[in-house]
Amino acid sequence: MAVLLIAEHNNKELRPFTLNAATAASQIDSDVHAVIIGQNTVEAAKQLSELPVVKKVLSVEAAHYENFTAENFAPVIVKLAENYSHIICSANTFGKNLMPRIAAYLDTSQVSDIIKVISPDTFLRPIYAGNAFATIKSNDTKKCVTIRPTSFDPCESTGGSSSIEKVEASEEFSNTKFVKREEIKSDRPELGTARIVVSGGRGMQSGDNFKLITEIADKLGAAIGASRAAVDAGYISNDHQVGQTGKVVVPDLYIAIGISGAIQHLAGMKESKVIVAINKDGEAPIFSVADYGLEADLFEAIPQFMEELNKLNTIQK
Amino acid sequence: MKILVAVKRVIDYNVQIRVKEDGSGIVTDNVKMSTNPPDDNAIEEAVKIKEAGKATEVVAITVGEEKAQETVRKALAVGADRGIHVKVDGILEPLAVSKILQKIVDKEKPDLVFMGKQAIDDDCNQTGQMLSALLNWPQATFASKIDVKDKKLEVTREIDEGLETIEINVPSIVTCDLRLNEPRYASLPNIMKAKKKPIEEILASDLGVDISSRIEQLKVEEPPKRKAGIKVANVAELVQKLKNEAKVI
Repeated sequence: MAVLLIAEHNNKELRPFTLNAATAASQIDSDVHAVIIGQNTVEAAKQLSELPVVKKVLSVEAAHYENFTAENFAPVIVKLAENYSHIICSANTFGKNLMPRIAAYLDTSQVSDIIKVISPDTFLRPIYAGNAFATIKSNDTKKCVTIRPTSFDPCESTGGSSSIEKVEASEEFSNTKFVKREEIKSDRPELGTARIVVSGGRGMQSGDNFKLITEIADKLGAAIGASRAAVDAGYISNDHQVGQTGKVVVPDLYIAIGISGAIQHLAGMKESKVIVAINKDGEAPIFSVADYGLEADLFEAIPQFMEELNKLNTIQK
Repeated sequence: MKILVAVKRVIDYNVQIRVKEDGSGIVTDNVKMSTNPPDDNAIEEAVKIKEAGKATEVVAITVGEEKAQETVRKALAVGADRGIHVKVDGILEPLAVSKILQKIVDKEKPDLVFMGKQAIDDDCNQTGQMLSALLNWPQATFASKIDVKDKKLEVTREIDEGLETIEINVPSIVTCDLRLNEPRYASLPNIMKAKKKPIEEILASDLGVDISSRIEQLKVEEPPKRKAGIKVANVAELVQKLKNEAKVI
């Protein structure tokens, strides 16, 4: 039986992690179908049909799908699930919200946040904030699996031309109403997919001081991250949080500034290729995962860092 | 309005966990255990709603072994009115827990069910959503703000892109984020008073639900270790290393 990928999109275009989830789906079975549920999604459905790993696209459109409400999405996916062995999507807030609702309707025990497909029924997943890896085997006939997007490469985005089939919408769930979404618009790369991330912690001492982080990020073409302590203190908005209950990032370069490195923060960044820590406390746990540690007062180090970057002839973007 | 709050006993968030040498799981003997952190936020929010006169009763429930009752006792010490302990040995999957909670909801008929958005041990992030599916109730996951308005809740949810606000009719499920509130500490007099509050004990096996495992844990291992890094003397050396050694800028 084929596997069903749930596409994540903003109605206009696919969200980038759909490509990572497609890769994971194709590692389970080469016959990947993808469902796109939304309103006025013609362009996004076309993008989905162009992914070479996707063999067929199912499109479901209705006004009540416009805001991705799990209560509306789940019934239509449950109906489609009859024809599939696996239902797959990303373990980001979209998938985390949606997939368990589907799994419960299907009476299947969900496998969350896998980082590796070992076989179609066996997966590797982190537990305890990534301090242990569990190899688990699902014995359910139908499997609901969410994947950690940063653990799978994005699939090719062009070259495919699968058919797009319309599927009838399910009824609206009337007890949940969407009110509003406040998205923080930024010209910087997305935190989840950025090549470089510059993060600040409680050591930044104020929201104003985060401007120092912003300057470095602009210079490096980096995304901005933060520890939970910095978000809790109101220095920066929640969408920047990296960690066990925030985002997991795996950039080529992660620069942690004024972050002590609680287990919960390390969970979100310790797979980064190169880690830099700048902290005045030489005993801070962040140094245990840092490739390059600088024990220094960040308010002296950051301006010097900018100065040194300015001396470079070229900076990779 | 009646609020049922589910709490889970987990290894304390400050403990550096150890993997058992035989790869069968995590060492839990003689390890400090606590309430799952966002479950504390769920209790706090329920108690605050009651204190604001918008709820009449807060019932704390846990599903687990004998000692899991400590988490219910702690909830009682910070303001829950009574407790329920569904006793079961071994580790249950979220699907099984949500089936047990469904049975309790059928009996208790709460208007709201609160719980943490994720347990910090298995990191599954499933139980609340599964329970809402089984009950066919609305779900507000990852809540960082809750406004109770008569028979409705307006909930602000933390999503990857920022914040989302939804309005859900009662009865409904809310899973709580750590930023929802600041959980209070139990005072000594309240800890003493909590000892007199009732906790109903129910055997999971008496509820008539299928709680069998669907997932086999084949192996638990330590994640690969990062190779030790170096300390650099100054910023100039750091930038030089990043440029010429790591080649990332």
